[in-house]
Amino acid sequence: MKSLQALKHALADAGHQVDVLEHEKDFPLFRDKLEPIGLFPLKPLVSQIFQVNVGKMCNQVCKHCHVDAGPDRKEIMTRETMQLCLDVLKKNESFTTVDLTGGAPELNPDFRWFVEEIKKMNRHIIVRCNLTIILANKRFNDLPDFFKHHAIEVVSSLPSYTKDRTDRQRGDGVFEDSIKALQMLNEVGYAKEGSGLILNLVYNPAGAFLPPSQPALEKEYKEALLKDFGIVFNNLFAITNMPISRYLDYLLVSGNYVSYMEKLIAAYNPTAATNVMCRNTISVGWDGFLYDCDFNQMLDLKLSCTESTHLSNYNASLIDKRDIVVNQHCYGCTAGAGSSCGGVVAE
Amino acid sequence: MANHYYNAEDLGKFGAIGEYQKELADKFFGWYGEVFKDSALTAREKSLIALAVAHAVQCPYCIDAYSGDAYEKGWTEAQMMEAVHVAAAIKGGAALVHGVQMMNKVKGIAM
Repeated sequence: MKSLQALKHALADAGHQVDVLEHEKDFPLFRDKLEPIGLFPLKPLVSQIFQVNVGKMCNQVCKHCHVDAGPDRKEIMTRETMQLCLDVLKKNESFTTVDLTGGAPELNPDFRWFVEEIKKMNRHIIVRCNLTIILANKRFNDLPDFFKHHAIEVVSSLPSYTKDRTDRQRGDGVFEDSIKALQMLNEVGYAKEGSGLILNLVYNPAGAFLPPSQPALEKEYKEALLKDFGIVFNNLFAITNMPISRYLDYLLVSGNYVSYMEKLIAAYNPTAATNVMCRNTISVGWDGFLYDCDFNQMLDLKLSCTESTHLSNYNASLIDKRDIVVNQHCYGCTAGAGSSCGGVVAE
Repeated sequence: MANHYYNAEDLGKFGAIGEYQKELADKFFGWYGEVFKDSALTAREKSLIALAVAHAVQCPYCIDAYSGDAYEKGWTEAQMMEAVHVAAAIKGGAALVHGVQMMNKVKGIAM
């Protein structure tokens, strides 16, 4: 399987995706949902999470990937751009957490250097590890020890505790390798009581539907993974699939786009809108451009403060007062109990 | 009046039954919501039961709703089909067990 970009697919173009979201069918505008609750224009709160996409290269080609990541993607953050990230972090102490994502972030040749430099600034680090990377090559087999050494919070996708649903979404053999990788993480102490090492899992639906209750699902995952594989983990984050990139393509091709958007809109929750992650996050692209969230990044919707849209001209006073860019995909973060990179945002 | 009895879009209009009798509709939907909450049985288990019952009562709206709901709640295709077989077995058994009644009658009147 190839990325949409390698296939020269029309949806590889971010502008075309926005066009589909705005015009494929006339749904109620997301911003009109914010106005009655006094949230439009949507403004940031305190910027706490600095989420960095260090590259789109990945060893997997998941069917729902909003990044359109894969082995054929060559966009990789350079050490120079990483240094710009470090400069911004140094000057902006409100960023207590650095969230590293990709692609598979570990494939960036400067990944370990970057982690070590961030740790020198005593920031909490999250790595969004796809698990299979740990087994993809011998040089990655020591990642559990590396993560442990730097007290990194590991957040990993596992869309089901069954092989069938996981492999259907993430590719053949992914479930088996993910289980082995989780066992390796447990072996070095991850999710073990008293270790302080956090291992969180991410569920996202393998199809055109919304996630079920996060607490109920977490209980099922914990029971099944412990019983079947002796695996323990801390929390499960139930994340809604966003109608972006490959998942948008899936929705359109399968004829589910309209009904999925209708589901998101019908499940709109104002409390979730209040707590959306873009209010405390800055998302950095592999090339140093700045966005309100990872989803806006993939749609190439840069920060609205046009004088500060890149790490090289980062201006906290402008960024902290910006209007957050919203569009129809934002319904994905406000449906039901809401959705963020840390799971639900409203109960 | 349409020239067919079932329309998939009508499922989304279920709440509109309150237009003609609000008090009873409110009571029904309130009770319905309570029934499907996590309690002695989980919402997930209740969803699979609902799927089986939907087939037993052959309600296309209910089959539509609970096929989606049960799958969303993580039941596999095989588990869902087995639930439908349970419903079918009970319906088939319900018909067949009346064969005993038939036999009782026949034995009562036969020489």
